[in-house]
Amino acid sequence: MPVITYREAIRHALAEEIERDSNVVVMGEEVAQFNGAYKVTEGLLAKYGPQRIVDTPISEAGFIGMGIGASMLGVRPVMELMFWSFYSVAFDQILNNAANVRYMSGGLINCPIVIRGPANGGTNVGATHSHTPENVLANHPGVKVVVPATPYDAKGLLKAAIRDNDPVFFLENTILYGEKGEVPTEEYVIPLGKSDVKRVGTDLTIVTYGRCVLHSLAAAAILEKEHDISVEIIDLRSIRPLDIDPVLASVAKTHRVLIVEEQKPFCSVGTQLAYMIQREAFDELDGPIHRLATIDAPAIYSPPVETEQLPNPQRVLKAALAALA
Amino acid sequence: MSKKTSTLAESKEQPGAASAKSTDARLAPINARLTPEAKIELHRKMVRIRRFEERSLRAYQAKKIGGFLHLYIGQEAVAVGSCSLMGPNDHVITAYRDHGHAIAVGMELNPLMAELYGKATGCSKGKGGSMHYFDPSRNFWGGHGIVGGQIPLGVGLAYGVKYKGLKGAAMAFMGDGAVNQGAVHEAYNLASLWKLPVVFVIENNGYSMGTSQARSSAGELAKRAEGYDMPWGQCNGHDVYEVRACMDKHLTLAREKNQPSTVEIDTYRYRGHSVADPDNTYRTKAEIEEYRKTKDPIEVFQRQLLSEGVLTEALIEKIDAEARAEAENSAEFAEASPFPTPDDIQKDVYWESDNPAGRKSEGRLFFD
Repeated sequence: MPVITYREAIRHALAEEIERDSNVVVMGEEVAQFNGAYKVTEGLLAKYGPQRIVDTPISEAGFIGMGIGASMLGVRPVMELMFWSFYSVAFDQILNNAANVRYMSGGLINCPIVIRGPANGGTNVGATHSHTPENVLANHPGVKVVVPATPYDAKGLLKAAIRDNDPVFFLENTILYGEKGEVPTEEYVIPLGKSDVKRVGTDLTIVTYGRCVLHSLAAAAILEKEHDISVEIIDLRSIRPLDIDPVLASVAKTHRVLIVEEQKPFCSVGTQLAYMIQREAFDELDGPIHRLATIDAPAIYSPPVETEQLPNPQRVLKAALAALA
Repeated sequence: MSKKTSTLAESKEQPGAASAKSTDARLAPINARLTPEAKIELHRKMVRIRRFEERSLRAYQAKKIGGFLHLYIGQEAVAVGSCSLMGPNDHVITAYRDHGHAIAVGMELNPLMAELYGKATGCSKGKGGSMHYFDPSRNFWGGHGIVGGQIPLGVGLAYGVKYKGLKGAAMAFMGDGAVNQGAVHEAYNLASLWKLPVVFVIENNGYSMGTSQARSSAGELAKRAEGYDMPWGQCNGHDVYEVRACMDKHLTLAREKNQPSTVEIDTYRYRGHSVADPDNTYRTKAEIEEYRKTKDPIEVFQRQLLSEGVLTEALIEKIDAEARAEAENSAEFAEASPFPTPDDIQKDVYWESDNPAGRKSEGRLFFD
């Protein structure tokens, strides 16, 4: 099976969907002539032309709103945010217009838009460029939120997102863009809302998503080798819809839970998970649900300290041992 | 303030030449070819809007309607004139003062009134309310609550029309207060940069809520389009002929040349920003009365059509009686209709949850 990067996997998904459906248009800042700020869209302009691959001005409220309007008429825009952090300047468009238009029209209007781009810390770009808004987005009924961790998942989920009739927000990660993984050449689509067991284990369930899957896998390897602890890792992949049943099944097996997330702790995705696990698997728990999140402050710039502010394998290791204590 | 009337005007109007302009507008080809029946229909639409809103106001005062009620009374010629020009690929989007546009594009009064009452038979099943009317079957895309937030969507409608290779235009309506919102300027730039077939329509009723234009906006409103290299125009929104003549030029530019433009239409609302708001802190009763007496769009057009021999006093009375009865019936329809049930709250949220046979995703979409 070919081994490609997460970046290439997303590019392949875009290319295949552009070829499949003439309504699919890729838009965003620097996506065309510049070949993408993170080179995700590299080569697409040359291949598909300026009708399908469209450079926008730095004008997120304008072009995201425009994409929402076009989607109401049946265009399927895939809008790139250079950083998801910039969602705040398009907040009204994303979370008033895209999220609400179906509801407020009594189901008469659909909004099949995808908004994608990286949402992560860890690149020393300071607080303004390091937001992880999946919790904020998922708080809005009407939208779907996806956070893929691997090249395989990124491609299959993005194809599903583009074909979806509801607005889908697709959160990538600049640090993962260069990560490699096996991706088959034949077509596949991964349904939104389907979690994936990334590692089978018996002693502790780690519920996680995005780059924290990789941290958790690294920590799990150490736990097994040095502590003889068997960790099960469930990658949610989608935040909304949420595939909670495999999490509950895993808790019934391990009886211990650690949630790992690159979120600020207050009202995070993990907060919701912890609520659901205690509500639906209370009797299975042998101890309190533990959580490892980003240390609760705006993203610090200082490079070595930012690594410590975010979840990392050593912090996951410590948190896992604490959860089992 | 001396006003430059338009960068589009073929003949520059002189200040104070209003009556001459009215005659010009009547003779404009788009109006000259109107049949008597079509003229009566324009009149009838304006009357229906007015009677519908007057009836809704009584319902609001009787506490049958919740939330806000932003009435369009006084502005009817703008929506009726503009929407009367719509072809099959033309689209309309507006802000929260949307009753007039909804009726102008052809929506029936019953579902509109029922929506105000919060009933399941409302045009949005009681989920949108006064500010959020929609009818995509009539190319009417709302009904939007956030000032200026609909304008990028309007540009998106124009993008969709152009992308699909259709000849059409989007009319993106906003109030005079919206011109100070950033989203509007971003939309202007995109429309002009990409040559999208959209007409930005500023319905200037003089007040952004309770703040007059002089206290809120620097310079002439439509002229801001010049900064984006777009043509712009101004017209008298009290005369439906003038609205049609002016909008026809702008729509033609959009449809034929993909040239976006901005139109500022002078108009006036008789009621408060919303009917719940005090209306005596920022303008005088005398000002309102002056507009009612001299510029009321229904009166202006009625006089015009009487002078043309198209309307008679008897016909005016008949149209008015019918409109009153239709509005009254809509209130009865709304009153008799059921409310949505708590089971309806989570319908119409996702396409997928409403279409389980077509659902491809898994997992939970809703939480408790």
